[in-house]
Amino acid sequence: MTTLTSLAKVEAIALDRAQLIRTVRHVHVSPRPLIFVPLQLAGEACAPLAAMVGDDRDDERLLIAYEPRDRTERFRFAAGLGEVIVGYVGGYAAGDPGEGVPYPDAPQVWVPNAGGMKFAELLGRSTRFRRTEGPYPVPASVPLLGRWVTYLAERAQHPLSSLFLSATQALTAHWATGQSATEDQNLATLLAWIAPPPGQTGAQAALLAENPARCPPAGPVTDPDFDRDVLEGLIKAIVEARQSGNATARERAQALMARELHSVLKPTWDLMWQAVDLLRSLPPGDHVAERWKSDRFSFTGYVRYLQEGGFPQARRDAAVDAARRLARLENEAQQLAAHMAYDDPLVMAEYRMTGDAFAGPVVRAEPDRLDETGKRARLRPWITVETTDDVLAEHGADLRSPARPAQQARVIEVDRAADRTRVTIELQSGMGRKLVPEPGSVPGLGDVVCYTTFKAEFQPPPKFPDREDTPWTHGGPPPEYVPRDEEATEEWE
Amino acid sequence: MSIAEAADRARLATEEILASMESVPRGVVVDSPPGAGKSTLVVRAATELVRRGHRVMVIAQTNEQVDDLTDVLAGHLAGHDGDLRAGRLYSESHRVGWRVERHQNVVSAKSAGELLECRVVLSTAHKWATVTSDEQWAWAIVDEAYQMRSDLLLRVAGLFGKALFVGDPGQLDPFSVVEVDRWSGLSWDPTTSAVEVLLNHNDHVPVKRLPVSWRLPASAAPVVSEAFYPFNPFTAATSPQERRLEFGASAFGDNSVDRALELAARSGWALYELPRAHKPRTDREAVRACAELAARLLERAARTVSERSPDPLPVTPDRIAVGTAHRDQASAVRAALAELGADGVTVDTANRLQGREFDVTIVLHPLSGRRDATAFHLEAGRLCVLTSRHRHACVVVARKGIPDLLDAHPSVEPVHLNVPVKFPDGWEAQQAIMAHLERHRVAAP
Repeated sequence: MTTLTSLAKVEAIALDRAQLIRTVRHVHVSPRPLIFVPLQLAGEACAPLAAMVGDDRDDERLLIAYEPRDRTERFRFAAGLGEVIVGYVGGYAAGDPGEGVPYPDAPQVWVPNAGGMKFAELLGRSTRFRRTEGPYPVPASVPLLGRWVTYLAERAQHPLSSLFLSATQALTAHWATGQSATEDQNLATLLAWIAPPPGQTGAQAALLAENPARCPPAGPVTDPDFDRDVLEGLIKAIVEARQSGNATARERAQALMARELHSVLKPTWDLMWQAVDLLRSLPPGDHVAERWKSDRFSFTGYVRYLQEGGFPQARRDAAVDAARRLARLENEAQQLAAHMAYDDPLVMAEYRMTGDAFAGPVVRAEPDRLDETGKRARLRPWITVETTDDVLAEHGADLRSPARPAQQARVIEVDRAADRTRVTIELQSGMGRKLVPEPGSVPGLGDVVCYTTFKAEFQPPPKFPDREDTPWTHGGPPPEYVPRDEEATEEWE
Repeated sequence: MSIAEAADRARLATEEILASMESVPRGVVVDSPPGAGKSTLVVRAATELVRRGHRVMVIAQTNEQVDDLTDVLAGHLAGHDGDLRAGRLYSESHRVGWRVERHQNVVSAKSAGELLECRVVLSTAHKWATVTSDEQWAWAIVDEAYQMRSDLLLRVAGLFGKALFVGDPGQLDPFSVVEVDRWSGLSWDPTTSAVEVLLNHNDHVPVKRLPVSWRLPASAAPVVSEAFYPFNPFTAATSPQERRLEFGASAFGDNSVDRALELAARSGWALYELPRAHKPRTDREAVRACAELAARLLERAARTVSERSPDPLPVTPDRIAVGTAHRDQASAVRAALAELGADGVTVDTANRLQGREFDVTIVLHPLSGRRDATAFHLEAGRLCVLTSRHRHACVVVARKGIPDLLDAHPSVEPVHLNVPVKFPDGWEAQQAIMAHLERHRVAAP
């Protein structure tokens, strides 16, 4: 946690209300997101119990596995969920956008918390390898669901992506509450701090929201009291009714279960839409649309891959794939950090406190300075910035300014005194082709400027060997990936 | 153990390693405790391999390390193989240091193609990863291999046939800025170290050890060995009588800074303990204490007696280091030193002090003044680096109450299938070091 976030938490406690720690929104919010609130059976890694899902807040769909320990029931549930999710995703993949062009928009799925994301990942693992023919055939929507939720769960690991979001993560990235990070995982108390009902303080509202009878847990784990007092009896009744062949009793018990589960899920459903609305009300950062565009490209690419009959995602990355993916994720993490700092002065302030960025007025400027040491004179203006921030950069360091992100700048000298630091910077590009800078391309005397040691530019990915050339240090070339039969028929546990 | 005995043991170990390189199918891993003569081994192995007619590429992790190795290698070559030339491959953004440029027998170039005449070429792993050539190098020597991430090894491993991996398993593990556990348990997890992945796939690769530390004094080797290398103990090459730290000027009056320094001079260790308090990272008093200890060491004209010279040598600023966990702490200590007028003292984070050596180190304890103990602050490698850089004495600056903090925060690292549990873990190592420092405590006012 940064110092500024700690400070905001202290303020949240003092003022009894969550504090905004960002001036803009750093995630994309779709105009028509799909909300997905899954519940699982306690004590099992991934036994779906129910889900409330839909892209219209007034039209929630409730899906239930009435006998969550029964394999057939699980696949019936997965098929139903598949129809909703694949149908929603497919709505964005109409027509052919043309070569090199992404679809105009992409789907966006929200779950309440990190547990919901993990659940989606496991659900994908259990369903994507299933086959529609041969032994244990399943409806076509099941493996398709598996591929899509796996795709979403993998995208969620990409720092630049907003295709698959957890509400608590998105909210805590923008607000600081007066509770601990663990308590912030609870969507109900988190929203109580951010938007307490009239007449209540954040702390009071959060205390009330902690009561599972008032605000049932947002899943995927259910309240143990509910499991013991309600769920156990209902499941038993349904199983017994089936075994005795009593269709009326079974229908009655199922209707009862549907009502109970609806009452458990509906409060979270409403909170999810509240979270979406709250985030949507923040103005988006300048780079958000650019990042969403990369999501659209990724989505378009995956639609095409499926159309061409691509395999389900492998269970494990091979050595080269793993290294490639890590390089990509690290690159994206750096880009995201830079984007956020450039878009948001409150994020930049954190870097200014750690010495990775500094800001201040230009106290000396030589906009027409020429470097004549080479064969041809080159325009190399020098400016000196005076700042009271700590400066970690030293001679030769590469700098960038949010105001002119493409302009290369290099530290010439850092002159530190007790009460201020003067940094002399040479500007090396982005000033036009002449020996006189284009108007506005060089900061003038008295302008307040900000420079950072990190850059938002895309870095070309590093070179890795091809899979077939995996070296002996990493076990040599792996076998060609083809999904195997045992993956299609393995137990769903 | 006398120096002669130690030298014998070290020589035997080195010779065994060099001899084994003849016969191994793919390579050798050599574990080296702090200051055990890793660079010497790298240089000897490189010259030996060249002598046997191989072309050798040397892979280090930072430009600083490459320059250091080039310097030692060039000196060695000049003395033994006058007409052999070493190549220093460097990248656009790096300026080759003066310690490399002064050697006549080093050729520096930006592309490997210009170094074809050199039998041995040195560069960073990142630079090697950009080299595209069909030419195979018979041997690679990978220095600081435990700090190299396995995905970087993947990028360079195609260049060489066999390799000697040298490194210190006790120092900091490589890390990633993204937290993803999708690869944990995989034998090629790209976030783990090069050596780990190599050994996962090649159990025929032997792991050898260097047995004595030339750097650590007799007062430090057993402590560091027990805390960080419990299964692979090592000893100091020197006896307690062979290393001495003295002061040219005596103390004036009685103050805790002087007492801490004198205790450290006598016993090799001191814990300069500030009153218990929770403080931000750049705890002003602790930072000030680090700077005062360093400045006072210079004021009192500290000098060392060791096997290096029969006469006492002065402890100059470049022989002192202050080590911290975070960059902002380092920059605060630098500012405090500048205020006291003590210039030239090295102040850096543990990551950057890796592989370096000083006479006296002053350590701002990673857990000092903290309310919690995170995995970062508990990491065994971090404390190991900080407490094993010195030839004579180490002074640790800390707020009171670290053992209590440790007791309140047992390590809670998740356990993954197929991932061997790291032992000693940071918590255990921290406790061991604190238990030792407890006996060398000086209370600050």
